[in-house]
Amino acid sequence: MLKNDLVDTIREKALWMRRRAFTMVYDAQLGHPGGDFSAIDIIATLYFGVMRYDPKKPDMPERDRFIMSKGHATGALYTALCAAGYYPEDWLKTYMQPQSKLNGHPNRNYLPGVETNTGPLGHGLPVALGIAIAGQMTNSDYRTFVLTGDGELQEGSNWEAAMSAGNRKLGKFTLIVDRNRLQQGMGTEETNGLDPLDDKFRAFGWDVEVVDGHDVGALVNALSEPPGGRSKPLCIIANTIKGKGVSFMENKASWHHGVPNAEQYDIAMEELV
Amino acid sequence: MAAPAAKQEGFYDCRDAWARTIEELAENDPRIVAVVNDSVGSSKLGGFQKKFPDRLINVGIAEQNMVGVGAGLANGGRIPFVSAASCFLTGRALEQVKADIAYAGFNVKLVGQSSGVAYGELGPTHHSIEDFAWLRPLSNITMVVPADSWETAEAVKWAAAHEGPVYIRLSRMPVPDLSVEDRKFQPGKAELVRKGSDVTIIACGTMVHLAVQAAVELEAEGISARILNMATITPLDEAAISAAASETGAIVTVEEANIHGGLGGAVAEHTSANLPVPIERMGFPGFVPTGSVEWLFDHFGLTAAGIARSARKAIGRKRG
Ligand SMILES: Cc1ncc(C[n+]2csc(CCOP(=O)(O)OP(=O)(O)O)c2C)c(N)n1
Repeated sequence: MLKNDLVDTIREKALWMRRRAFTMVYDAQLGHPGGDFSAIDIIATLYFGVMRYDPKKPDMPERDRFIMSKGHATGALYTALCAAGYYPEDWLKTYMQPQSKLNGHPNRNYLPGVETNTGPLGHGLPVALGIAIAGQMTNSDYRTFVLTGDGELQEGSNWEAAMSAGNRKLGKFTLIVDRNRLQQGMGTEETNGLDPLDDKFRAFGWDVEVVDGHDVGALVNALSEPPGGRSKPLCIIANTIKGKGVSFMENKASWHHGVPNAEQYDIAMEELV
Repeated sequence: MAAPAAKQEGFYDCRDAWARTIEELAENDPRIVAVVNDSVGSSKLGGFQKKFPDRLINVGIAEQNMVGVGAGLANGGRIPFVSAASCFLTGRALEQVKADIAYAGFNVKLVGQSSGVAYGELGPTHHSIEDFAWLRPLSNITMVVPADSWETAEAVKWAAAHEGPVYIRLSRMPVPDLSVEDRKFQPGKAELVRKGSDVTIIACGTMVHLAVQAAVELEAEGISARILNMATITPLDEAAISAAASETGAIVTVEEANIHGGLGGAVAEHTSANLPVPIERMGFPGFVPTGSVEWLFDHFGLTAAGIARSARKAIGRKRG
């Protein structure tokens, strides 16, 4: 596909994901819409512009892997997997209902396409690291992508994995940090600051790229493998806006797990076009 | 996270009693500090933070560090209340709880919020139903599970005055105040909520008021059920359990926890070694499916009717 067409396709999918995820949150009156919306452009770019997978063969050994470490953002993950063809749209209507496969945090035993169970922060990067090490051991050429929140990086387990990934020179390993600068209660920098985040990863032996996490073209470029591949793991710091796309949600910590009333739902649907 | 349950008259979220009490205590004792993990809101510590901004340490999303810092603050003469969602406080930081709090014996108060399945639809990663089994062997941590607002406030006051590690396990599910005459909070002692002679229902936390309703239902059938509020899991009131076994001959345990290694396990350990009687253990058998708290309680029979059913079953198993 031509680059411009690809960008348009990804944008279209991302818009559908935002509308669908917001509807799921509205119907369930539960969810994490702020973190869904900061991550959607990144996840849409991965699934509709970068990753190799076959939804009919979710266990295919050579598939690229995506690990959703910020497991609370299920609105983003579940809509992506649905749009990618892993399951029918009907399933989305069961979000958080009794005995639903669409639990508040993803469960690999319930849903095809989910690589591992997440929800407690700081688990995705170590598991993804193991997947990448397995790929290196078996000379496979699949790539492993993991998305973490920025607040999530306050968990020490991430830095244990980061150190190990750097030492092992895992060129097929990519971490994307959803750098929306907010966590649950307030800003990351007023809680336990992360800056300078790029220098931290460089010091741990990673390549680092900083991109606008809502610029799909820039994301495609950053996420695509350069000719000849890489000799270090890559950390993409994606600068994002929590709640991106809905005026009253943008940059508001209260929308971490806020849910819309009927009026807010209507406004959001008017804005998401 | 999970939407607050619909407000029911006379039902209270025990986190409010916790927040009021810790603020009052902190006014009078400058050694009291709070340690949190991006959990000011879910711990209801917004008021504390306003009054004592320098005495609230938010380490960020970093539970292992949070519990270690608690131990260090105790070493430095502070009285830390380390407050976080109980799933992460006990699960993520379990080794810190074991080595830095229990084994080292620091004067730290761990306060687990939104325990049991209070996070409902958010699922097993966010449920704290394994905490009894994880913490019971750490026997120098006094483990208290308040059943209502009054008991929450009393437990927090007691913990602040007590020298030694304490785990207070709170919910976010609204519960009514129990009606018991001349109440006095006594750690390590079961509270007799209702007298009875045919069966004893031993419950803790959110399950106690349901057990009381079950007893009312059973009374209408001529069954006399004793209700014990086992607010302290460690140390366990073994004398009250022995008395229940010998005087009523059958026991039902009810906890918002995994039945393996929890309150029911503790009661069964004691009775099977000393006074074997039929026991029905109620709780969760393992990871639970997706569902709201109300749906999960109903699905696993953690209702007045379900408890009454187990009581009849336990009585039916008595040797003739
Ligand atoms: C180990 C652990 N501690 C606490 C939480 C509760 N929690 C869920 S989301 C969240 C904030 C996450 O912030 P961030 O990583 O920045 O995610 P985003 O802003 O992208 O949603 C917290 C504290 C958790 N899920 N896991």
